Amino acid sequence: MAIRILVGVKRAIDYAVKVQVKSDKSGVVTDGVKHSMNPFDEIAVEEAIRLKEKKVAQEVIAVSCGPQQCQETLRTALALGADRAVHVEVTGKDYEMLQPLAISKIIAAIAKKENVDLILLGKLAIDDDSNQTGQMVAGLLSWPQAMFASEIEIKDKKAEVTREIDGGADTVRVNLPAVITADLRLNQPRFANLPSIQKAKKKPLTKMTPSDLNVDIKPRQEYLSYEEPPKRQGGGKPLANVEELVSKLRQAGVV
Amino acid sequence: MNSWTIFLRRLSTSVSSSSSIRHPSLKRSPLYSTLTDKDVTFFEKLLPKRIVTDYDDCLPYNVDWIKTCHGQSKLVLRPKTVQEISDILRYCNERKLAVCPQGGNTGLSGGSVPVFDEIVLSLSLLNRIHDFNQNSAVLTTESGCVLQTLEKYVEQFGHTIPLDLGAKGSCHIGGNVATNAGGLRVVRYGPLRANILGLEIVLADGTILDCLTQLRKDNTGYDLKQHFIGSEGTLGIITQVSILCPPKMSSVGLGFFSCETFEDVLKVLRLARHKLGETLSAIEFMDNTSLKLSMRYLKKDSGPIKESPFYVIIETMSTSSEHCKNMMELFSTKALEDGCITDGTLAQDLNQYSELWALRESISNGLVSDGYVFKYDFSLGLKHMYELVEITRKLMEPLKDVRNVTGFGHVGDGNLHLNVTTKEYSQTVKDVLEPFLYEWVSKQRGSISAEHGLGLHKAKYLGLGKSLHALDIMRNIKTLFDPNLILNPYKLFPYK
Repeated sequence: MAIRILVGVKRAIDYAVKVQVKSDKSGVVTDGVKHSMNPFDEIAVEEAIRLKEKKVAQEVIAVSCGPQQCQETLRTALALGADRAVHVEVTGKDYEMLQPLAISKIIAAIAKKENVDLILLGKLAIDDDSNQTGQMVAGLLSWPQAMFASEIEIKDKKAEVTREIDGGADTVRVNLPAVITADLRLNQPRFANLPSIQKAKKKPLTKMTPSDLNVDIKPRQEYLSYEEPPKRQGGGKPLANVEELVSKLRQAGVV
Repeated sequence: MNSWTIFLRRLSTSVSSSSSIRHPSLKRSPLYSTLTDKDVTFFEKLLPKRIVTDYDDCLPYNVDWIKTCHGQSKLVLRPKTVQEISDILRYCNERKLAVCPQGGNTGLSGGSVPVFDEIVLSLSLLNRIHDFNQNSAVLTTESGCVLQTLEKYVEQFGHTIPLDLGAKGSCHIGGNVATNAGGLRVVRYGPLRANILGLEIVLADGTILDCLTQLRKDNTGYDLKQHFIGSEGTLGIITQVSILCPPKMSSVGLGFFSCETFEDVLKVLRLARHKLGETLSAIEFMDNTSLKLSMRYLKKDSGPIKESPFYVIIETMSTSSEHCKNMMELFSTKALEDGCITDGTLAQDLNQYSELWALRESISNGLVSDGYVFKYDFSLGLKHMYELVEITRKLMEPLKDVRNVTGFGHVGDGNLHLNVTTKEYSQTVKDVLEPFLYEWVSKQRGSISAEHGLGLHKAKYLGLGKSLHALDIMRNIKTLFDPNLILNPYKLFPYK
C-alpha cells in the first residue's frame, strides 16, 4: 500500500544572497532580502515527488512554519508536485525566536494528525545550520531516523537509506513510520513547469497556528549576539613569478 | 618547459586557421617599419619589466579566444599610465611602427589581435578605478578594468553597469567602449554609446585628448568622444572612461519558455513588451541546436523544460520582489493562454536564476568546443531574422564537415547570432557563406555587424550597405586622427 509523506519546507534567505548582520547585532537583515525554499528542503520535496511518481507514495503534504510569506514557499512545493500544504502561522517576535525544538513539535503534531508514514526533511536549513529538527522529530515521535540520505529505497513498509560517510557509504534499514533527512546528493531538484505553477495556485492550503496543535513554541534558548565572521586578511602583494609562488608555498608548508 | 607553455604550444597547434589562411590576399603593408633591437631597448627602458618578447609568452596576445586568428607579434607592451601610452605612441608614430591595442582579448571579429608583426599594446595594467559619484551615478575608471570588477565595485553603492556580456569576467571596459559592445541589457539600458559620458583618448601621435566629462547634457559643438566609441582601436587608445551606472534593482525574475515557431517567439516579444513594461530587462531567444550545444558544454543531460524548436528567456527587474513575480506570472499565464508558448518554467530562487541564465550564456563556449566557428552577428528586421538561419542550414546541408548551424540572440533588439561549426577551418564552407550572407543581410537593409564590430574578418564588407560618401568621410576621419595609419591596421576598413 502506498504511503503518505510529510515534507518540511523552510523559507530561508536565498543561498546566493550575501547575509548581513543588523547593526544592533540582534539578528541578520531580512527586510527586502530575497528568500527562497531552503535548498535541502527542495531536495526533500523532489525525493517525495519521485516516490509519488514511482507510486510508492500516494500523497505528499508540504508543511512550513512562519509568517504569511511562507505560503509562497509552500506554493513552490505545490508547483513541484506536492498535493497539499499546511501553513503554521508564526509571526513577529515569536517567529524571530522560533527554534528547532518548537518546529519539531509542530511537525510531530501534524504527522500524527495526518497519520503519515514518512517525514522527509532537509538535513539542515542554510540560515541557522542547526541540523537538529529531523533528529528531534524522530525523538518526539519515538520513530526510527535515517539522517543525511543520499539514496532512499522504500519496500514493504521499510526504508533502505544510503548515507555518504568518510571513506564510503553506510546503508541503514528502518521500519516505517520514520524520519529521513536529505543530503545534497540525494537528487537534482527539477524546474517547476508553468502548468504546474498555475495548478499549484488551486491546490489546497490549510492555515493553522501552533496553539491549534497544542504546541508550546516558547524558546528554550536566548540569542545573545550575532557577529560577522572575522574579515579575511589580504594575501599580501601579488607575486612576480612562479618561483616566488613556489617558495611562498614552501614557506607556508603546503607543498 | 612548464605546463603552461606546453598548454600554449598545444593551443598554437590547434589554431586551425592563422589569419593569413583565412585572409590569403592580405599582405603586410610596406608602410610600416620593422621592429629593431634599438626599438626594443627603447621600450625596455620606458617600461622596465613590462614588455614581453618571448615567443611563448607572446602567444596568448597573438591568438584570439575563439582561435580564428594567429598574429606574429614579437613585442607586447604593458603600460601602467596614460603618460607611458602617450610616450609609446609618439615613438611608434615617428618610427611608423604599427600598433595593435588589446583589452581583454575577447573580441569575436579578430580585431583584438595583431595580423602580422604589429606591436601589441595591452591595457591590462591600466586598471585603477577612480571613483563613483553617488549624486550623478557616474563611474570614472581607467580602461583596463575588467567589466565584472567594475560591476562589483558599483554594486556596493547600489548601482550596476548598464552592460552585461558573457565575457564579463575577462573583457575590459576600454574594449567594450572601443567596440560599442552590446550584450544582454541593451533592451533595457540602450546601447553602450548612450551611457558613456566621457572618454580620455591618446591619439596616434601621443596627444592626450581629454573628453572625460561626467555630464548628461552637453550641447557644445561636436561630440568628439562618439567617434571613438565603436572605432575598434583605429582612431586612438581609450585610456579613461566615465560611464553612467543605473541603480541596481533588488529583485529579479526569470522565465524560460518554449515556442513551436519563430513567429511565436515574436508574439512572445510583443506580449512581453506590453505585459512586462518597465520591468522587462532582457529578452533572448535560442534555437534547439544552441541549447543542445550549451547543455553539452555544461554537461547536462536534460533541459529545464520540454524540448522544443525555440526557447525564449525573459528577465524582469524591479525594486519589489512581489511586483517582479506577479508581472512574470501574469505574463506567462497570458502567453500560455494565447498559445505562443507551449511550456516554461520560472526561476524559484537565485540558484535557478543563474542555472537558467547559464544555458544562454554558455552557447558561445558550446560552439567553440564544437570545432571551428564561423560566427556572424547581424542586425535584421525581425521578420527576416530566423529565415536566414534556415537558408544557411539548407546551404550547409550538402557540405560534409559541417557540424551545426545555430541561431540565437537578442531578439529584443533585432540582433541575430548565426553560427556555423565545422570540424576544422574549411575554405569550401567559407566560400559558400561569404559573401553570400553579407550580401543577403545588406539587401534586407540589415547590418553585417550588430555588436561584434568588423575587426579583421568583416573589414572587407564595410562598404556593403554604406554609401560611397559615408565611406569617404570615414576614411577622412581615420587620417585626421591617425595620419600614419599606425593604429590597428588591416581592421575595420577594407584592405586593398
